Amino acid sequence: MSVFINKDTKVIVQGITGSTALFHTKQMLEYGTKIVGGTSPGKGGQEVEGVPVFNTVKEAVDATGATASVIYVPAPFAADAILEAVDAELELAICITEHIPVLDMVKVKRYMEGKKTRLVGPNCPGVITADECKIGIMPGYIHKKGHVGVVSRSGTLTYEAVHQLTEAGIGQTTAVGIGGDPVNGTNFIDVLKAFNEDPETYAVIMIGEIGGTAEEEAAEWVKANMTKPVVGFIGGRTAPPGKRMGHAGAIISGGKGTADEKIRVMNECGIAVADTPSVMGETLIKVLKEQGLYEKCKTH
Amino acid sequence: MNIHEYQGKEILKSFGVSVPNGKVAFTVEEAVRAAKELGTQVCVVKAQIHAGGRGKAGGVKVAKNLDEVRTYASEILGKTLVTHQTGPEGKEVKRLLIEEGCDIKKEYYVGLVLDRATSRVVLMASEEGGTEIEEVAEKTPEKIFKEEIDPVVGLQPFQARRIAFNINIPKELVNKAVKFMLGLYQAYIEKDCSIAEINPLVVTGDGNVMALDAKLNFDSNALYRRKDVLAYRDLEEEDPKEIEASKYDLSYISLDGNIGCMVNGAGLAMATMDIVKHYGGEPANFLDVGGGATAEKVTEAFKIILSDQNVKGIFVNIFGGIMKCDVIATGVVEAAKQVGLSVPLVVRLEGTNVEIGKKILAESDIEIISADSMADGAQKIVNLVG
Repeated sequence: MSVFINKDTKVIVQGITGSTALFHTKQMLEYGTKIVGGTSPGKGGQEVEGVPVFNTVKEAVDATGATASVIYVPAPFAADAILEAVDAELELAICITEHIPVLDMVKVKRYMEGKKTRLVGPNCPGVITADECKIGIMPGYIHKKGHVGVVSRSGTLTYEAVHQLTEAGIGQTTAVGIGGDPVNGTNFIDVLKAFNEDPETYAVIMIGEIGGTAEEEAAEWVKANMTKPVVGFIGGRTAPPGKRMGHAGAIISGGKGTADEKIRVMNECGIAVADTPSVMGETLIKVLKEQGLYEKCKTH
Repeated sequence: MNIHEYQGKEILKSFGVSVPNGKVAFTVEEAVRAAKELGTQVCVVKAQIHAGGRGKAGGVKVAKNLDEVRTYASEILGKTLVTHQTGPEGKEVKRLLIEEGCDIKKEYYVGLVLDRATSRVVLMASEEGGTEIEEVAEKTPEKIFKEEIDPVVGLQPFQARRIAFNINIPKELVNKAVKFMLGLYQAYIEKDCSIAEINPLVVTGDGNVMALDAKLNFDSNALYRRKDVLAYRDLEEEDPKEIEASKYDLSYISLDGNIGCMVNGAGLAMATMDIVKHYGGEPANFLDVGGGATAEKVTEAFKIILSDQNVKGIFVNIFGGIMKCDVIATGVVEAAKQVGLSVPLVVRLEGTNVEIGKKILAESDIEIISADSMADGAQKIVNLVG
């Protein structure tokens, strides 16, 4: 088991003929992801990397039975691409695109109310279920099948955490990048809920950063509902207030969204927070040992 | 992106939001001429810098005649204002707003901001004008009123009216306040603002509702479709290294320390600063070279770091995913050759093509200290910088 995606997930690539999309389509196919089609308006009927191209998402879904899409469309057109995926009633749309205007996302979120699609991202590395299905831009080879779920606002910090786990012989179920934007489709709580319900996931690493209060809300949710251990890390302890640290959502404003406050609330809610990004794996292993889960999580 | 108060007021005016008459001045002569043209008894001379707290720092003066305008303009132009938002080095005043004085009856706060928890724009208002909203939120949260805005229909008159009554705008002026708020929302949406804050909004003796100050910030991701807003950008208000970095799509922020950092990914870049600090060092910058960086971009990034006189050592921390380690290595070697490396360099490479990357570094004649992990690299650079 895993969350959101598995070896049977059929995926289409929106904007498949762009150079980034082509590169990653190839990588995803190599990983074993079932890429069954792609879209590129006006290029329907062509084939790239052995994958059929369609003009619209609806057409692609009707022809292939895809349930998920990954979006590599440039920022000015990305909101429209998400809406097209929602309209085609896909179960999952993963938007990799960075720099989407936030007011576009405000409209997208409103449009999605009551619709069946789950959006992951934007501005995220994607979702990967180890050894089964990789949808996004993460390096596949660092992942190893196992029992730890990873959820993060940052791409490279996810890689860092996964790498530490794999090196220590601890495999993962699914790693979900929820993205660094202030308005996103799936939040920490959505992913934590899914991990809580997934019988194969025994523990979770949650990686946050400065800006907003999503980590605090997630920590409260963990305290009230989570039956599995959660450890965390928060990036940006040294970030100055009022400066946007790369991610559109990573900003301390009006004294809100500081790393110290997030860490304080997480600790209060029973989440062990790693002191430095180097010890995310170690911190988890310590908790696994305390809870008698280490042997179960160790990949033999 | 930030703009000046006078530019914000120009935008607001075009959306029917009432603002005092005013003119921008770059010299004392222009200031006096502007005051003459305004023709009012009392004028306000306001320093234009991208920071709040100007009044308390002596950047806002009320002049009762043209001589006073001249005196205050000469005093403020060229002065370095230090406010709680400028940092200790302050900001030099290069522009003034000369504005007609008005008869203030009462000050209020009105602001539009994105609420991340609901993914909606929220209209916020309070009777406590002139005070920072964060302070009001902390001391008297019951005095802040909010209206969540549905993006399908936008801010509705009934919502603006409800706010106006809640903050006790005199009832004969409620309609004017409603018009003000609807115009403000229109500006927010049509110009892709990230913040639109009017503090204070004032009710005047002659029965007007107007914006005495205006703070507009814009979503930098939307500037491609807001060329008119982009034209307001004042490069003199920005850090030269940050401007240089933005030319190459590098995400760079200057800090006070002496350890230069070059990292891929915003999260890892923040975490790298944190770990440097954890081991007793001080980061000189935040720098995310991004996922699609070329060797050329890496070279430029390196040059920008080295252009900071405070930098006494550099820590390169890369987790190659999409970004390949060999590209980083090539860029680092190229940059070191071009600019001549005079400070210690610690490099930690991990991920895609890591072996090729390490080989490139090893075969170059640059002195590079390699690190096995983030922690190892951070400790090494901190020790070297001392």
